[in-house]
Amino acid sequence: METLLAIVIGILYAAGVYLLLRRSIVKLILGILFFSHATNLLILVAGGLVRALPQFAGDASLTVNSTDPLPQALILTAIVIGFGITAFALALMYRFYKSTGTEDLDELTEGEHK
Amino acid sequence: MKSHIVRLAASKLLPFTLLLSVIVFYRGHNEPGGGFIGGLMAAAGFVFYALAFDTQEAEKKLRVSPLTLIIAGLSTAFISTLPALFSGNPFFTGEWISVTLPFIGKIKAGTPLLFDLGVYLTVWGVMLTIIFNLMEE
Amino acid sequence: MIVLAMPVLLPLMTIIFLLLNFRQRAWQPWIGLTGALLQLALSVLLAVHVNRNGIMVLHTGGWEAPVGITLVIDGFSSVMLVLTSIIAVSISIYSIDAVDRQRQSFFYFPMVHGLLMGVNGAFITGDIFNLYVWFEVMLMSSFVLITLGGEKKQLTGAVKYVTLNLVSSMFFLAGIGLLYGKTGTLNMADLALRFSGSESNILINTSAVLFFVAFSIKAAVFPFFFWLPASYHTPPIAVTALFAGLLTKVGIYSMIRFYTLFFVQNQLFWHPLFLWIGGFTMVIGVLTAASQYDIRKILSFHIISQIGYMIMGLGIYTVAGIAGAIFYMAHNIIAKTNTFLVAGLINRATGSYDLKSIGGLYKMRPWLAILFIIPAFGLAGIPPLSGFFGKLILISAGFSAGEYVISFIALAVGLFTLFSMVKIWNEAFWKPAPGERNKTDRLPVSMIIPVVMLGLLTLLMGLAVKPMLEIAENAAASLLDPASYIRAVLGTAHINP
Repeated sequence: METLLAIVIGILYAAGVYLLLRRSIVKLILGILFFSHATNLLILVAGGLVRALPQFAGDASLTVNSTDPLPQALILTAIVIGFGITAFALALMYRFYKSTGTEDLDELTEGEHK
Repeated sequence: MKSHIVRLAASKLLPFTLLLSVIVFYRGHNEPGGGFIGGLMAAAGFVFYALAFDTQEAEKKLRVSPLTLIIAGLSTAFISTLPALFSGNPFFTGEWISVTLPFIGKIKAGTPLLFDLGVYLTVWGVMLTIIFNLMEE
Repeated sequence: MIVLAMPVLLPLMTIIFLLLNFRQRAWQPWIGLTGALLQLALSVLLAVHVNRNGIMVLHTGGWEAPVGITLVIDGFSSVMLVLTSIIAVSISIYSIDAVDRQRQSFFYFPMVHGLLMGVNGAFITGDIFNLYVWFEVMLMSSFVLITLGGEKKQLTGAVKYVTLNLVSSMFFLAGIGLLYGKTGTLNMADLALRFSGSESNILINTSAVLFFVAFSIKAAVFPFFFWLPASYHTPPIAVTALFAGLLTKVGIYSMIRFYTLFFVQNQLFWHPLFLWIGGFTMVIGVLTAASQYDIRKILSFHIISQIGYMIMGLGIYTVAGIAGAIFYMAHNIIAKTNTFLVAGLINRATGSYDLKSIGGLYKMRPWLAILFIIPAFGLAGIPPLSGFFGKLILISAGFSAGEYVISFIALAVGLFTLFSMVKIWNEAFWKPAPGERNKTDRLPVSMIIPVVMLGLLTLLMGLAVKPMLEIAENAAASLLDPASYIRAVLGTAHINP
């Protein structure tokens, strides 16, 4: 399972880098999202994958064979932050498109020097 | 969107969405759920309403401005840290009391719940601010 | 011990008050200023307390150290808190007239305090994931501040700024994940304790490199600095001054904290790397600045160049070196912000930031020339201003540690900095004004007060260098002795397992 997830994380990072290097701002934002999802998965895997009950789930299983809840808490926090950032990035993209009329980042830098 | 079906659905669904969001918010104590998800659900109800009618209509339905929600949320979260101060515990310590209410039975209420309520209101307000702004343009 | 959480709670309270009085635009600056002044008083109090009684620790929620989130204020943190609040006060005063009404009525002041909350939080936390959260708080506020107003130029700058800072956050988060997976703890003191005896390990080294890249992007260090000059000249000058003073320094702060507290193995790899990168950062920054003609761009490139000095102090890794880095950081936060504020005044007086189209300011406003000279020559390192002593301490620390190459580079870069400052002086103040004057309105007093205030501080830091240096040396000594930090956070029981 770890190996499979490691490959998935690698693919997500690769896709993220590829998208980040594109000229379109939409793809740029998608790339950032891929990055953040890959990182969340990385934390999950690094925290250790154990097939067990969640902690504090029932009374009997309080200590026996429970997973570490902290990586999940970290991921949850990271997801919430990523969510806020996505909302901001989408708003930025929209304003950007409105005021420049293009989603191509290269055209824009040329415009800056003129 | 001028579909009558959507409008009818939006106005009928809104109270249920809000109720569900409150349930999810309270459930978040010991089970999956919580202020963040509850706030998102509450916002989703109003966003659906705004899609069916328009943002002015949704804000009218909301009665208060999203900014007021944010202020209320931040203040609630801040106030939730104060009880620990007066009882001499370290900052942010959870203080609990259990209240017995008629019909519902014994419920536990405490500063973590209050903090979560702050999160609920803030998320609700922030989401509506962002989405309404984007929809209006 | 609630007072320990106050550096974070005070900005939050200010934000609440600002939002409550959202409709009264005229009140906004004053509420913001009151919040900033309270913060200054608080941070001075905290600094005095830490200086007398040692490291202060608060375990939030009553959860003891390795489990809960710990807030720690040591000498280094308290110095940074004081500097942050000084900048907060000056920016609050400056913004009254420098930021237009439209921005002021669209969450400008709440966002400034949101940024301060993030910066303060990053300085006082003792938990690496909490540090990430404060970084994000700071970043979100800075995203809004840099795009506020929505001019086309601002948006293009913001895209670069947002993208690279988010990528850096992801590096940071990945580092945290790997480190947690390896050690099972997020508390800085606990990490230091666990690493103190252990051999270096592949996962630890990986996360150390990830953290290095993350902080390098935030701090705009040599190979990662391109976002800074591409974005810093786009927002209003008050925002740029705030960013220039604080944002990159949070990156440097974290780097110094991480690489003195727990990433202390493999010093043979890290310290030469820091010295090399510091050298490159200095040289590239100062050389690219020389070819610019926009005042804000010149100053932006100089931020990068001066970050190099702080990295150099970390690379030397002696008490004198780290103390030099801290002193230099203090000097740089004040002088750099001040030069940007003066640039704003120049723009007010002439209507442009472009050196080619302005001039003759010395004849028109000789006092403005004096206000510019103090921070500019401070940055260049002319005695008796603060920058001279900052460079002196660093370079002499470099020589006594046997790092001759970097010390000579630092000396040479000082000369080039002087060249850039003299260039601004010549073009903006000395040469006759090209074309006819069109703007001669009076400069608002609220924009001059903070410049005078920061200028006096630059002078004071130069004149009273001994007590300032003592504070920096105390902070550096406690940084290089992680045992005291661990003892303060975890208690004595954990030291000898």
